[in-house]
This record gives sequence, C-alpha cells and structure tokens, in this order.
Amino acid sequence: MNQGKKSGWSGILVYLQCLGGLLHPSGPELIGEARRLAAQSGEPVWALGIGSHMDRVQEALQGYPVDHAFLYETDEVFEPCRYASLVSACIRQQSPSVVLVGGTLEGRALAPRLSVEFRTGLTADCTELDMEAGGNLIQTRPAFGGNVMASILTEHSRPQFATVRPGVMEPAIKRGGLSVSCRIERVPKEAKAVEIQVKDWEKPPVSIADSSFLVAAGRGVKKKEDLTMLYRLAEVLGGELACSRALVEKGWMPPERQIGISGNSVRPECLLTLGISGTVQFMAGMRQAKRIIAVNSDPRARIFEAAHHPICADLYEIVPELIRRVEKGSQ
Amino acid sequence: MRIAVCMKQVPGVSEGSMDPETGVLIRTGLEAVTNLYDRSALEAALQVREQQGGEIHVFTMGPAKAEEVLREAYAMGADEGYLISDRAFGGADVLATSYTLMQAIRSVGAFDLILCGRQTTDGDTAQTGSALAAWLGWRQLNWVTGFWVKESQIQADCRMDGRTATVTIPLPCVAMVERDGFLPRMPSLKLRMQARKKPVNMISLADLADPDPKHYGLKGSATRVKKIFAPKGTEKKELVYQSGAEGAVYILGLLREPGQEAGT
Repeated sequence: MNQGKKSGWSGILVYLQCLGGLLHPSGPELIGEARRLAAQSGEPVWALGIGSHMDRVQEALQGYPVDHAFLYETDEVFEPCRYASLVSACIRQQSPSVVLVGGTLEGRALAPRLSVEFRTGLTADCTELDMEAGGNLIQTRPAFGGNVMASILTEHSRPQFATVRPGVMEPAIKRGGLSVSCRIERVPKEAKAVEIQVKDWEKPPVSIADSSFLVAAGRGVKKKEDLTMLYRLAEVLGGELACSRALVEKGWMPPERQIGISGNSVRPECLLTLGISGTVQFMAGMRQAKRIIAVNSDPRARIFEAAHHPICADLYEIVPELIRRVEKGSQ
Repeated sequence: MRIAVCMKQVPGVSEGSMDPETGVLIRTGLEAVTNLYDRSALEAALQVREQQGGEIHVFTMGPAKAEEVLREAYAMGADEGYLISDRAFGGADVLATSYTLMQAIRSVGAFDLILCGRQTTDGDTAQTGSALAAWLGWRQLNWVTGFWVKESQIQADCRMDGRTATVTIPLPCVAMVERDGFLPRMPSLKLRMQARKKPVNMISLADLADPDPKHYGLKGSATRVKKIFAPKGTEKKELVYQSGAEGAVYILGLLREPGQEAGT
C-alpha cells in the first residue's frame, strides 16, 4: 500500500458530470472554484467529461476559464468501475495535484474508487477550499455529526481528491471570445459484463434547490401526522416543504426534501424554519438563503445565530394560526 | 451464498432525541448506537438469506464497546459477528478504514456479496463502501433501493442523478443500500435472548494477511484533520418572544414585506 508520492503533481482537474451532451451544474461551479484556487498557485485548470454527444459539451464549455478539456465520447452511461478507469488514465497522464468532483450521486460513487486507485486522500462534501503556499489543499467541511467544522489536509500524497455538493460554490462566469481547447477521444466499448437500463423519472421529484420560498421542519415535529399541517402551510404560503436530517432519518420525509450538506443546498428568497435547532451541517446547506425566519422553542437554539428573524415560540402554537390567517385572507 | 455486512457504531444524536427506530429517548451526546443505515444493509442480507439460503457474517470496526453492534446484529438474525479491533486501527480515514475492512473480510474467507449502508450518520461521507469495492477490485452498486440475486449475477435498482437505473452485474460485488428500500425488522425476543450468549469473533492486526501497522489507522491514513473550529456565527439579533396568534401575525408581517431586511 504505497501512497501516491507528492513530487511532480501540479494542476487542478475538474470532473464534469455529463448526460446526453448536457453539463451538470456542478461542472461550472467546480470550474469557478478551481480557477479561484489556481489564481493562488498559478496552476492550470483542466476539465474532464465522459459520455455521449461530447461535441455539445465542447460547445457548452466555450467561454469558461478552462485551460484544456479532455472529453471521452462513449454511449456507455455512468458505471463507477468503467468511468473510474477512464478518469484514472487521464490522471496518470496529467498528474494533477487536485481533483475536484461534484458531490452528486454519481460523483460520490466515483471519487472513492479514484482515491483508492492512487492510494491518496478524499474529503467529502467540502464547503470551503483554499490553497496553502506549499500546494496543500485546505478542505473544510462539517464534521462529527455536523456540529463543528474541520479543516482537512492530504499532506503526503497526490492527487488531493475532494467532492463538493452542487450549489455550494459560485459557478464560473462565461466570457465571450474565450475559446477552450478540447480533445474529444472516442473510447472503445468495454466487454459487456454490465447491463444498465436507465429510466428517467416519470414525474421529476420536487426540487427544493430551485424553490424561492421554503418552509423547513425539523426535530421539533412530534409525529409524522403533524407533517400534513406543515405541507399545508407551505402550500398556502406558495412554497415547498423541506426538512432537516432528523426527519429523513425517522423516515418521515424523503431525502430529496432535506436541506443540509448531507442533503441539498438551497438558495431561496425566504426560508421559514420550524423546530430546527440548526446543526452546522444543516446551516451549511442554507447559508445562501436571502432571508431566514426561524421559529424554535429553545431560546439557545443555534439557528438563531444565523436567522435574520429569530422567534422563540412553539411551532404547534404558531402554525395553525398562520394557516388560518392566510386562508382567511385569501378568501 | 456468503454475505458480508459492514456495520458501524456511531454517536447517538447529540441534541437529545428519540431513537427513530425504537422510540427510546437518547440522552445527550454520550450514547453509541448502530448506524441507522447499516441496519438496512443487514435487513437486505436477511431478505436474501430468506429467499435462497446462505450465511450472514457481520463485520464492525471499533473499540471493545462496538461489540454492541454485533449483539444487535445477532438479535436481528446474523450468523456470525466479527469485531475488528486493534490499537493500530485507531484514527483511520476512509482510505485506511476501507483497507482494514478489506483485509478483515478476506481473513474470514470468500464472499459473494458485501452489503453496506449508504452512509454513516457521524462521518456522513458515504465513501467507505465504494472504497472497499476498489480495494477488492470488485464492482459496486450505489444508492440501491432493491435487488435480486440470480445465480452468479445481481440485478439492482439504483438511484442516479435525476434518473433511476436497473443495473445487472456479475457477483461478487459491494452493494450500498438505501434505507427506504430495506426498513429494518425489529429483533425477536428469542433471538435477542440468544444474542447475549452468542460468541463474538475477534480480528486484530495479527490476524490479517498484511500485518504492517503502517498501513492501518492514523499511519495508514492519507488525510489529517488540521483544525477543528466552531463555525462563524452571524451577528446576534434580538430574539423575539411571540407565540400563538401574535407570532403568526408577526411572521405574516415579515412575509408581506420581503424588501425589509431586519437585522441589517
């Protein structure tokens, strides 16, 4: 188990998640972050994408601040083993010091295989990245169940792998006239050991990430049945109901409605939290909310430090009143 | 069919809460519990055994106290339990943890399928299962909501970004299961009684094919925690105490004036 040596590794490689010629939003976000990091070290920023219709990806990349893009044309959809072998080959050829991967379902299945392949470190769901003078990437994420932040280094091996959840970093801005050099390589089909049948969602699940008004419920909710009242509140206020991790772990709410670094990053105009104490991992997922109104019965709840409008109250006394008044007002 | 299941003991909820499975009150901070998602991994293994027979071997890595995880696994129906414990294993990151699990599982024998939960509730990384598959050189299935084993193949329903997929791959493989596909059963009283007396197998560094302590624990880890700190809070705002109708009126007032940013 020889860990990847450190010398000779330079540059930042960004994994672009592609589907049918479309770029996943995590790609431009990682490019933006990679460019910011590279400004400190002067390293090049490279991008890598795998999938079909790479000519469209090449087009979509024009204007982004990328020094070169390696695009692999294949009809094979994502499969961790196969995609990891393609990414590994590119890493061997380019020897990047840092590899950034989106913290999507795809990225989080892919990145661990890569880090084992190179016997090096991987830090999941970073919320902040910085570069030390010596080239060590300072990877900051919520830790220990999400109540503190930890800064993590991969000091002695390369590359340094990090995943970042979509919506956490600012996307790179396209500049007209900036042309990105790309190489599209057709990859040979692998022997058919794997069969994958993909189904698109019949009805796309609710995307709380795009919602401009969110009501979020947490541990303060006492019974699953009480969610009916909270769904109703979100509805009458014209928003969606979201939740903290506690309610997903109880099996009361689906994971796609979870806010937090272990769920979704959201950026609504307004977020009304009810019975949420505010773990670090929750707050990391809501820090881009423009306005936060927090209701909690515990005056020491941490959420009050982040809220613009902290209200100490019992959600069970507030919510029925809110629904009643909004319904009355709309008649 | 020989199935290995990886399970971990994690700190209970830090704010004091009810155990979502049992409804038992968890006291602040101190409790250690079996990772919620790993019980679903064991449930998945039990379902396979019910359909086509086989043996379920549960592995947990941690201090002596982590034996509790194996007692719980026995109470749910596991055949064998292994406590992977050695001073040399402490302080392991994902790279070293997954390497240790690979060595430990191999020391017990050949397996057709390894099941893990989607993530732990303490580290939250959801990386260890995939890393374990990489060490073994096996294929992996992530975000699995259901699966069927047919002869030497496994067919699984997997979540993907914006899609779902039915994936068929040859065994052996590592599958990481979602909780909603495999809601764990309650332990039976009879099994619970038997679980108390059932012996636990110990695996220490000396039992592994690679006994070099530099490959394990903190020494075998590629990442180091450099600093731990409290997140920066924003400036303190005046806490408003208003409940019931008063509170509702106050909130509606805030909602109707979206331009007004109190606290700025």
